[in-house]
Amino acid sequence: MGVDRREFLKIAGYAALFGLGGKAAIDILAPGQLEAAMEGVPLTEATRWSMVIRMRNCLEKVEKDGCKECISACHRVHNVPDWGNPKHEIKWIWKEAYQNSFPNHPNEFIDEGINDKPFILLCNHCLNPPCVRVCPTKATFKRPDGIVAMDMHRCIGCRFCMAGCPYGSRSFNWGSPRKAPKELNPDFPTNRDFPERSKGVVEKCNFCVELVAKGQLPVCVETCDKIKVHALNFGDLDDPESNVRRLLRKHYSVRRKPALGTEPNIFYII
Amino acid sequence: MYDGGKIIAGLIIGIGLLLAPFFYNAGTAAKGPDPQLTPKAKEAKQCVTTTSYMRSSHFSLLDEWRNTAVRENERYFRSPTGKIYYKSLQVTCMDCHSNKTKFCDQCHNYMSVAPFCWDCHIVPEEKK
Amino acid sequence: MLEKALKGKQGYWGWLIFLLVLMGIGFLCYLYQFREGLIVTGMSRDVSWGFYIGQLTYFVGIAAGGVMVVLPYYIHDYKAFGKITILGEFLAISAVLMCFLFVFVDLGNPVRVLNVMMYPTPNSILFWDMIVLNIYMLLNLVIGWNVLTAERKNVPYQKWVKVLIYIAIPWAFSIHTVTAFLYQGLPGRHFWLTAILAARFLASAFASGPALLILICLIVRKVTNFDPGTQQIRTLGGIVAYAMILNVFFCLLELFTAFYSGIPGHQHTWVYFFAGYEGYGRFVPWMWVSAVFAFISLVLLIIPATRRNLDTLGVGCAAVIIATWIDKGLGLVVGGFIPNPFDKVTEYWPTAPEMFISVGVWATGFFVLTILYKIATSVKEEVGA
Repeated sequence: MGVDRREFLKIAGYAALFGLGGKAAIDILAPGQLEAAMEGVPLTEATRWSMVIRMRNCLEKVEKDGCKECISACHRVHNVPDWGNPKHEIKWIWKEAYQNSFPNHPNEFIDEGINDKPFILLCNHCLNPPCVRVCPTKATFKRPDGIVAMDMHRCIGCRFCMAGCPYGSRSFNWGSPRKAPKELNPDFPTNRDFPERSKGVVEKCNFCVELVAKGQLPVCVETCDKIKVHALNFGDLDDPESNVRRLLRKHYSVRRKPALGTEPNIFYII
Repeated sequence: MYDGGKIIAGLIIGIGLLLAPFFYNAGTAAKGPDPQLTPKAKEAKQCVTTTSYMRSSHFSLLDEWRNTAVRENERYFRSPTGKIYYKSLQVTCMDCHSNKTKFCDQCHNYMSVAPFCWDCHIVPEEKK
Repeated sequence: MLEKALKGKQGYWGWLIFLLVLMGIGFLCYLYQFREGLIVTGMSRDVSWGFYIGQLTYFVGIAAGGVMVVLPYYIHDYKAFGKITILGEFLAISAVLMCFLFVFVDLGNPVRVLNVMMYPTPNSILFWDMIVLNIYMLLNLVIGWNVLTAERKNVPYQKWVKVLIYIAIPWAFSIHTVTAFLYQGLPGRHFWLTAILAARFLASAFASGPALLILICLIVRKVTNFDPGTQQIRTLGGIVAYAMILNVFFCLLELFTAFYSGIPGHQHTWVYFFAGYEGYGRFVPWMWVSAVFAFISLVLLIIPATRRNLDTLGVGCAAVIIATWIDKGLGLVVGGFIPNPFDKVTEYWPTAPEMFISVGVWATGFFVLTILYKIATSVKEEVGA
């Protein structure tokens, strides 16, 4: 008794139009009332979601005020706890110095001391993801729209995916998030509309599947746009006219560790 | 019969152990479950599908919801009456049934089942 | 035959009770880990596998090593090993049991372990590892039990057992190959990403498995009336010598490729092991101990006089076990995670609960091993008498 794709998009469209959550949109609608809702939907469907990060925009803002809006927004929306210990840290989107983000591009004479500049890292949603290849239960899987997703209900916590990921994008719940230090997480859980995680499962950036499903942008992108930095750009790589393809046509871009053949879908314009 | 005495003694001890829980709990029959509906749930008259189905098989439905929503990105459910629901335990189910202790826990405790839903899904705050 | 395990001297029962106590302590620590999560271990988001998975790898090697008494007997018709093949098979059973337990205690969500079978995923090597280990366990149980029963009744075992034996021999190679595939197919972990890893694993397995077997044989001839035989032990010594030479040789091949090519990623872990990397060097003393013991073992095993002398052979075998245990049970897994994908170092060291749980697993393995060997040696004594 599912809802077909067309109808789903109408609902999603309405939801996006009014900026409502999925359930709220349903509450105000009766069946057959959904015509013409498609217009104004920022996102419909894609076959290869990707992100192009304009690092100059980001670094300019970071140098001005130490911006980390995208990180706080993501971690707030997804109930990511702060363990106060790098060993147990959960990271969906985070900052890492250029030389550590791109350790196989060593260049000590690179301009502007970029080596120590913080880059924005997140799951690469690889076209050929090793984490999906090694998972023994299909708890992590590649969706038809290109997003590498996690099914927390199925993960057995073997951590094979963490060994497989060459980007350090996966975090394990060494303990229950509910037991994370209270003084560091006074308001946890920060979003009562999103689940937490149990101890013993792996998690990572989900490219905001729950928002993309409603036609909305990932929360990091939305946040970056809201403060008018526009460093994070989300779009379909398979659509030659998409925003991401336009950016990639115009600028020289790099990806992390491309030689490994994972085909990352996060691009950096430096 | 070799060692007849020992065998009989062993049998008595074994059966005694087997029956121990019954003796232990004798006379303290647990109170039958008494799930309560919130005013909002009462007003809705019917859940996402028939009450009898929900009563007997809500876990099958939740299982299907989580699999189709998480794995197949089918996030909406059409009820037999044609109404459409967002598939979410935490956001949809618990919006009506915001009284977990008086609704879910009643039967779960009685049946001694401890679903791990609540390890991750946030329980609504209840007024005492 | 199980009744054989119920009759024993004081030492036998004392040993079993000692192991039971260790198992109990390990179990209590596991309950603590089960409640709190793997946060009670020394593992971290950077070193996400540790001592448990290292021990899994090491004991898959021990299990595979058991084949080194089976293979010469059945393939090369080396008659002398006929009386000790059962020891190899029973060692494999208890080693595989330890492997299962080490995987289990490493899981973040052990109650969901059956998901591996409910959602079979052939592209995951872990899925295949589970299959090959289960089948290897089953093969050894059926073969060992049937051969021993036949021996006790003084009749030849059934023909189909022989078929299983011929399957079990290549299967022993497969379990360690698949275990190496867990590591050597991962992009971005330079230390593991080497085609020779499976070969290295097998070499170290065929050194450490028979070495452990020699030590056990030396104990068996002391505490029971069954003598595995001096000739048998010496032949095993020769096998250990060859395998250990290969093991060290393969290791040197790795060093050549890493350092002659000059590719930094291939060198980092080796530098971390033997000199320290970016100021971190917790493994340096351990890896040097491993290297020194490997050298000592080679000297004792290569010189004919010391290899033939059972005392020095025993010392050589102990040296093999120490060297390979540090190399594979400790270094191999952790080394793959150092440095991390950001070229930074997070060090790892097991915690006390982690060690107690591991001791509990070892005790369980040796408990089963003791009982199986008790049965085997009792049957041998009975038949021999």
